[in-house]
Amino acid sequence: MPHDIPLKSATLTPREVPHTVSPGLWTLAWRRLKTDYVGTVSLAIVAIFVALMILSGFGLIASDWSKETGVNYAPPSFLGADYEGGTPAAPAEPAAAPPTASEYKSQIVDPIGDVIAQLKAGKAPSEVPAAPAEEEKSVDPLADIMAEIRGGKGAKKEATAPIEERKATLPLGGDKWGRDVLKKTIKGSETSIFVGIASAIVATFLGTAFGALAGYYGRWVDDVFNWFYSVFSSIPYLLLVLAVAAVLQQKGILTIILILGLTGWTGTFRLLRAEYLKHKAREYVQAADALGASNVRRMFMHIFPNVSHVVLVQMSILVVAFIKSEVILSFLGFGVPVDVVSWGSMLNEAQNELILGKWWQLAAAGTAMAILVTAFALFTDALRDALDPKLKGRLGS
Amino acid sequence: MEPLVSVRNLHVSFRLDKHTTFEAVKGISFDIPKDSTMALVGESGSGKSVTSLAILGLLPVENSIVDPKSEIIYGGRNLLKLPMRQLRDLRGADISMIFQEPMTSLNPVFTVGYQLEEVLKLHMGMSGRRARERAIALLTEVGIPDPTRRIDAYPSQLSGGQQQRVMIAMAIACEPKLLIADEPTTALDVTIQKQILDLIAELQKKHQMSVLFITHDLAVVGEIADHVVVMRNGEIREQGPAKRVFEAPQDAYTKALLKCRPQLERRPVRLPVIDDFMSGNPRADKDAPERKRGIRPTDPIILEVNQLGKSFYSREGLFGKREFKAVKDVSFRLAKGKTLGLVGESGSGKTTIGLTLMRLHEATTGEALFEGRDLLSMSPKEFMTYKRRIQIIFQNPYASLNPRFTIGQILTEPMEIHGIGANAQERTDLAFELLNKVGLAEVSFYKYPHEFSGGQRQRIAVARCLTMKPDILICDESVSALDVSVQAQVLNLLQDLQDEFGLSYIFISHDLAVVKYISDQVMVMNEGEIIEIANSDEIYKHPKMPYTQRLLAAIPKGWHGEHAARAND
Repeated sequence: MPHDIPLKSATLTPREVPHTVSPGLWTLAWRRLKTDYVGTVSLAIVAIFVALMILSGFGLIASDWSKETGVNYAPPSFLGADYEGGTPAAPAEPAAAPPTASEYKSQIVDPIGDVIAQLKAGKAPSEVPAAPAEEEKSVDPLADIMAEIRGGKGAKKEATAPIEERKATLPLGGDKWGRDVLKKTIKGSETSIFVGIASAIVATFLGTAFGALAGYYGRWVDDVFNWFYSVFSSIPYLLLVLAVAAVLQQKGILTIILILGLTGWTGTFRLLRAEYLKHKAREYVQAADALGASNVRRMFMHIFPNVSHVVLVQMSILVVAFIKSEVILSFLGFGVPVDVVSWGSMLNEAQNELILGKWWQLAAAGTAMAILVTAFALFTDALRDALDPKLKGRLGS
Repeated sequence: MEPLVSVRNLHVSFRLDKHTTFEAVKGISFDIPKDSTMALVGESGSGKSVTSLAILGLLPVENSIVDPKSEIIYGGRNLLKLPMRQLRDLRGADISMIFQEPMTSLNPVFTVGYQLEEVLKLHMGMSGRRARERAIALLTEVGIPDPTRRIDAYPSQLSGGQQQRVMIAMAIACEPKLLIADEPTTALDVTIQKQILDLIAELQKKHQMSVLFITHDLAVVGEIADHVVVMRNGEIREQGPAKRVFEAPQDAYTKALLKCRPQLERRPVRLPVIDDFMSGNPRADKDAPERKRGIRPTDPIILEVNQLGKSFYSREGLFGKREFKAVKDVSFRLAKGKTLGLVGESGSGKTTIGLTLMRLHEATTGEALFEGRDLLSMSPKEFMTYKRRIQIIFQNPYASLNPRFTIGQILTEPMEIHGIGANAQERTDLAFELLNKVGLAEVSFYKYPHEFSGGQRQRIAVARCLTMKPDILICDESVSALDVSVQAQVLNLLQDLQDEFGLSYIFISHDLAVVKYISDQVMVMNEGEIIEIANSDEIYKHPKMPYTQRLLAAIPKGWHGEHAARAND
């Protein structure tokens, strides 16, 4: 070395300069977010949902969602037990003693029993006594099988929740089997939010990795990824989802996460590719090259922190989209298996219930989803504003 | 005589967030006289552009606050209180503006003729044919060659200077009473700058309009202005006729601005900086001793470049390729511990040479011998050991530091990559050492780049290069983006480092005065070729080639230039 910077460091003690830690990007963004009223409120709502998800994930709440605690189609408490849409057929019969288990259950599975009972109660009260026998005979071809199935579990169940103790009303009503809709909604939100977040992470990871490689290396790497992207995005979305579902061959939460993750990376890919194209020509990246930083180092140590806010915003947009996609998939029956509850499967059940005028399951799942999705979308907006304050100024908001 | 525009007690603040505001202009008052050129001079952050935007009512509505007591009187009306519609009628017709970047001020998808005619139809109510005739006349007036053909050209088909001429044609289309020119020549090459300045001066005389000329460059002001207002930090430091401001500046800041810029005639050992003047340092006014420059044939050579060539290829047609030779067979030698200045206009290939030597671009032909080894032909692995010995400082200190890294990370990263320093502690110590060396506080170690000014950032960039103890430092327009006062500080720092460590510099710049100040040897380039290479005193005193002569003639001479002669008669 022709020259050396004179170093006194031999005599120096380890240096502690008094300093205040300068706020980085995230601290500044957090400060800006805190001043945003809408952002803070929606963040709080999202946080509540995530807290519910975590609590129910650890089995602390709503773990007994599948217990049949109320009478079938128990109406919500605030409507009262004798809400007409919700009153089970059986109590309408004045003469009937508390039904036996088998009778009761056979009525439960009768999908139109209530309607008929109602019709009869309204139009032809005199015919009522004749009704039960007729119904029982005509309606339920599966009654025996059901009784058999339940018979197995019945012994255990009756010990814990005797029929007599079933509540006439539940906070947000009950479903076909008298399960608490509130607990179902909480348990369902666990599934839906978990699927949304997990698949968004998978999709963002894929999109970021592909986008970084394509944008940074350019040339043939970019061509390959772009071809792949073009082919991929030319397939209709639902068809693609069904294809992946068919290949994975089994229903389950993991399957949905993979389906959504493997099909949802395209938007992030385009965006990140553009960001990397832009940033790799920036002087600070050239400077890093001049310093001798390797490609991987430039890609992930230098450029990535500068585009990470884009990734974060993309991810939250995807969470919202995937929560909705999960609902759609489950609604269509490609989603979660029968023993798992999600908002989508609740909505799927609700389509039958609605005919009977039992709207509360639909209302509960729909409202919960609407609140979360709206809050998350508003939060995403606030997050983007907080991360990119210049954008906000330009739009003059 | 009644002034054309009077600015009275103008206060402009910007809202930074809910609770804080920043006062950009702090109660300034000045008059723009009729039929004259007035220059608003100041460094970045002085509030000069904000003032001009306030006159046009172009301040962003969302976050700017104009004090209700402020007045800008034009034709008996307060422009700040005028309803939007009346203001819009004034803009373009009575008051018009040309901006710094002609490339971004013209709409790229319309022909220049269309854009010119639009102005005429809008403000003068001309019909299609008359507007076109007038547009051609205007293009002729601003000196566009072959205007009948060029009127149908798109902005991208014109050069930067021609685009700025079109902008001027649009600005004067409606015969405005006031033309505001915001740094109209800063983005242009020095020869073009001269032409544009001459054009503005000529149009001002011919149309008897007033020009408000906004610039950071006092040398340019000296060429064109009748009156000068010097601003700093939102306040007026000094105002008066140009002759008085230049010959007998009253304010310390004005004196500093005049002295800090390297001059062609003199080369002090150190450039004076603003602080010397502002603190009333008595040495500041005195002329420092001169520094001797130049190389002797016996000086040892550290880098020898032979027949360097670099071509870029663009696609043409389906299979064709078009070759563009950015650098053509360039050969030069860099003496150890000396500075080689590389001057040229944009497109001359000077930056390409720098990037190619760093292997940020791959050379097409040629060799660069460093300690007998060819840097350009080694494998990337071999080059790694040489990489740290040649370093580069980029033009824009705002872009060349990673905004997500703290200064500590920025400084220790290269040491980690090259294994300098035994452990993290040693590297940290060296980083602190270098921060001292470049004159930054040790607390800087923990801060982010955005907390520093341009000059401080450039010092950080210098410190980053020094961590690798390089032998050769390539300065690619390293002081061009800096304010005059900060420029002096960075130039002094570079000189100190050369004196202390014997660094060799390749100093690339379009600014001939700066190159003259810092270089031992100067290489003039044009269109990828070397025009002339000689000792710097030699080349500035006796330029041999016509291109060099033209370049030197175009340098703004400040008050002692042409304008002085014109004003005196």
